[in-house]
Amino acid sequence: MSNVHVSLRNVTKVFRRPGSAGDVHALGPINLDLKLGEFFAVVGPSGCGKSSMLEVIAGLSTATAGEVLFEGTPIDARVPDGVGIVFQEDACFPWLDITENIAVGLRHARISKQERHARVDDAIEMMGLKEFRRSYPAQLSGGMRQRVCIARTLVMAPRLILLDEPFGALDQQTRLLMGEEVLRLWRRTGATIFLITHALDEAAMLADRIGVMSARPGTLMEVIETNWPRERDSRVVETPEFGAITARLWKSLRQESMKSIGRQAALP
Amino acid sequence: MKYIWVLRLAVIAAAIGALEVMCRFGVIDTFTMPPPSKIAADLWRILVTGRYNTAIAKTLGNAAIALALSLGVGIVTALLIYRIKLARETLEPLFATYYAVPVLAFYPLLIILFGVGDVPKILIAFMLSVIAVIVNTLNGLDRVPRVLLKTARAVRMSPIETALSVTLPNAAPHVLTGVKFAVAYSLIGIIGSEFIMSSDGMGFEIAFSYNNFDNATMYPMIALILIISVTLNLLISKWEQIILVRRGLR
Repeated sequence: MSNVHVSLRNVTKVFRRPGSAGDVHALGPINLDLKLGEFFAVVGPSGCGKSSMLEVIAGLSTATAGEVLFEGTPIDARVPDGVGIVFQEDACFPWLDITENIAVGLRHARISKQERHARVDDAIEMMGLKEFRRSYPAQLSGGMRQRVCIARTLVMAPRLILLDEPFGALDQQTRLLMGEEVLRLWRRTGATIFLITHALDEAAMLADRIGVMSARPGTLMEVIETNWPRERDSRVVETPEFGAITARLWKSLRQESMKSIGRQAALP
Repeated sequence: MKYIWVLRLAVIAAAIGALEVMCRFGVIDTFTMPPPSKIAADLWRILVTGRYNTAIAKTLGNAAIALALSLGVGIVTALLIYRIKLARETLEPLFATYYAVPVLAFYPLLIILFGVGDVPKILIAFMLSVIAVIVNTLNGLDRVPRVLLKTARAVRMSPIETALSVTLPNAAPHVLTGVKFAVAYSLIGIIGSEFIMSSDGMGFEIAFSYNNFDNATMYPMIALILIISVTLNLLISKWEQIILVRRGLR
């Protein structure tokens, strides 16, 4: 198998708006190869098309031009088998308890009951949710609910995990700890991870490579290698390299962020 | 929570007690309305003798058929309207004006079309209740967070699986509000139709006893309808409450 897991070729996204509102060129063209098993993060100013890019890779939305190949196969308007997604918003089903929430994907994939129980138990154990297995999402904190969503993705044994600002709604300490959890899971599963984040420190701590995007229409301005060892945790923030990476990211992004804010300020 | 229930029951008991006192002391003429204790005793007698069992079974059976029809048709229609934008744009304004239509006025027409029997009565009850189910279900479907629909796609659910496993369960509290209305409207539709032109059912028995000054039948039958309707409503409300508590909304 090639070392390239996901390939974006001239991916462009334009949102058509009815009437005289005019189309919005949100993204691209983007050319990017994600290596098998790497942790890739994308940072960029708000509204630069980061989430649009993730949705195109996920098959939740189709590219206006260009194509995305996952394991060599073009992605159409359907989430391919082997791809798992964690969203920023609370995506727990409030009428299901934690165990049922985690098992949702397995049930719809017609996985046998025995296997389903084994996988769910494993994910519950892995995400530290054992004492909450019969609780409902409303009884858990935001961080715990996000763990449930991650567990729900993990039980499907995805080869590519897409994280759309998964810790955006959490406080800083929880975000650092959740980051450590994700690193642990990444090492254990061997999956390729594609993370969208607005937090430069989060990208600098977690990723092997970081793509820096321009203001809308978002294009990749630069890809920065962090050179972290695979065995790492949140303590990398104590190293001088972490400061250097974060500073470099901000240097690339500052101008683009100002453009983005200016554009937002100009909006009626 | 229990305290509220005690308070609620106390209000009902006080109202019934006041009626009892007014009847006993001649404020209300007992020929016009017997005291609640006598109504209760008459109701017990009616139930024990089983004299009106056929009428009760007929009314409740027809109301149940109308309710089942309105739930089935109402929920499926709401799901279709939710998915098809054109259908929604066409039909939604019509729902708002639907309650201005005096459905019972169509009863003679339905008798001409379907004959004197259960079908016109069931259709009247269905026509009264189905819109409440559609409107409330649609209201619930509109509130499904986008992220849950994206999650359904992320776990590769088909549109039908998404409807059954995500949109409808999420809309459940609103669907239950529609069910509550549908229970009441189904009973109103059936009993109202039985009042107008029928030879059986509780509505007919109430009208018949009214015309014959038979208060010992009329009031217990009214009380029975009230008890059935309120009990069903309370049971659905309890179910709704459990759902809302589970979701942290109460």
